[in-house]
Amino acid sequence: MSNKNSPNISPQHAEYLRKVKRRKRTILVTQITLLALFFALWEIAARIGVVDPFISSQPSRIIDTISNLYSDGNLFNHIAITCVETILGFVLGTLIGILVAIILWCSEFLEKVMEPYLVVLNSLPKIALGPIFIVWIGAGSLAIVVIAMTISVVVTILEVLNGFLGVDNDKIKLVKTFGANRIQILTKVVLPASLPIMVNALKVSVGLSWVGVVVGEFLVSKAGLGYLIVYGGQVFQLDLVMASVIILSVAAFLMYKMVALIEKLVVKRN
Amino acid sequence: MNYVVEVCNLGMKYHSLNGEIDALKNINFSVSEGEFISIVGPSGCGKSTLLSLIAGLIVPTSGEVFVEGKPVTETSEKVGYMLQKDHLFEWRTIYQNVILGPEIRRTLTADTKEYALKLLDTYGLLEFKDKYPSQLSGGMRQRAALIRTLVARPEILLLDEAFSALDYQTRLAVTEDIYSIIKKENKTAILVTHDISEGISMADRVIVLTKRPATIKKIHEISLSCEKRTPMCSREAAEFREYFNKIWKELDVYV
Ligand SMILES: Nc1ncnc2c1ncn2[C@@H]1O[C@H](COP(=O)(O)OP(=O)(O)O)[C@@H](O)[C@H]1O
Ligand SMILES: [Mg+2]
Repeated sequence: MSNKNSPNISPQHAEYLRKVKRRKRTILVTQITLLALFFALWEIAARIGVVDPFISSQPSRIIDTISNLYSDGNLFNHIAITCVETILGFVLGTLIGILVAIILWCSEFLEKVMEPYLVVLNSLPKIALGPIFIVWIGAGSLAIVVIAMTISVVVTILEVLNGFLGVDNDKIKLVKTFGANRIQILTKVVLPASLPIMVNALKVSVGLSWVGVVVGEFLVSKAGLGYLIVYGGQVFQLDLVMASVIILSVAAFLMYKMVALIEKLVVKRN
Repeated sequence: MNYVVEVCNLGMKYHSLNGEIDALKNINFSVSEGEFISIVGPSGCGKSTLLSLIAGLIVPTSGEVFVEGKPVTETSEKVGYMLQKDHLFEWRTIYQNVILGPEIRRTLTADTKEYALKLLDTYGLLEFKDKYPSQLSGGMRQRAALIRTLVARPEILLLDEAFSALDYQTRLAVTEDIYSIIKKENKTAILVTHDISEGISMADRVIVLTKRPATIKKIHEISLSCEKRTPMCSREAAEFREYFNKIWKELDVYV
């Protein structure tokens, strides 16, 4: 059907492809330039005293801070703790969310019973439960993971259940004519048809999980990028705060890209 | 004479909070082996309900359906169902789609697989067996959907407005195509449609239903003077117009 790999493309088409490529490159170059410009202006503004580096920090001091953290041997420790907590948070949140959605799909009665509770849980800012988890589980990584998971699990349940219920009834009728039982309807139609929705729920969970972990680390205050931020803020070390925020942005960006890649691999047929 | 399908005093009522919906009432007809029956009736009169009852997907409020002499209580491999859209699963290849029936019934033997491949081959889809549905044209998709139904080796095919999702040109071609396959495989078929021409063009008999609650208004034996009874030739037969006009009047369509 597609002639992507055919060697004999017309000159016009080759020209078109070149144009598309060039445009893509221009966009990337502009993006990088913009970022470089931002940091350069920030540095200059701090040096000539337009802004006060004590409260706004400045790129060169941020780099110093990061390299200090690195030579202390703590940098990767903090990054790893935060990343692992986040990954556990969204993976568990998504898995448990999908599992609950499956159970609710199987029993319409249960679904109707749970509906108001889910609505309340969904509108409740789950962060408010943070201190409770810390008291129950203890101030540590486990509590942080639970906070992150709680945030993503409710959205996942609602999104995925909605996806399950939205599956074309005729598709279900079709497998019923082949004598499919409830489990087969689930595995042959509902789950594969909802795969894009489940992956999308995963994507949403990643973002929520970061929020949960950072807030969790604010509360627990022992380790991780969230801890560095809150600590830096308390001792008025804006360099540390900014450095942590920048590392956090990079980590969050990379993780988002990774999930987007998974999505591409999984959903290419839907 | 043995009938493949017998429908006896069939009645169906749906219950909802808005009240009771009387969908079918006192339906009686029989279908012989190899016969092609069209059922026409206004939208919402209960045509899909009738097919669902014959397929054993739902339980009638009154009356009974017999398939090959046995009362229908649940779905069986004897009955194949084709829906309005092809509903090929986008996440499965054509081959995987086509073997869905036996896979669900857990009767997927080497023999069944071979039969599936043979059908794909006979009807020109073998080279597409590892392609995904989105890579096929509308007509080919409909053919793949028919093969999916045939792989389960049904005795009777139920077609519920099976072509109405297609545009008119494709629809004529697909009708021709599917009809010839059904005849070649020597299957009994019941086609439900709101398109009078389509109904007449394929059928040995046309059953006209009334508005809801559907009852049988009239059964027409279709005999057309044309050499080959293909849907396309049927449309050109002299008697076609007459049948059309009669059924049109019986359907009593008001705008
Ligand atoms: N599961 C159901 N519950 C309640 N009412 C239904 C159900 N299925 C169909 N109906 C009603 O029964 C009538 C006949 O439906 P249907 O058999 O789908 O008609 P047709 O296929 O002729 O358009 C319609 O009025 C429809 O609203
Ligand atoms: Mg219908």
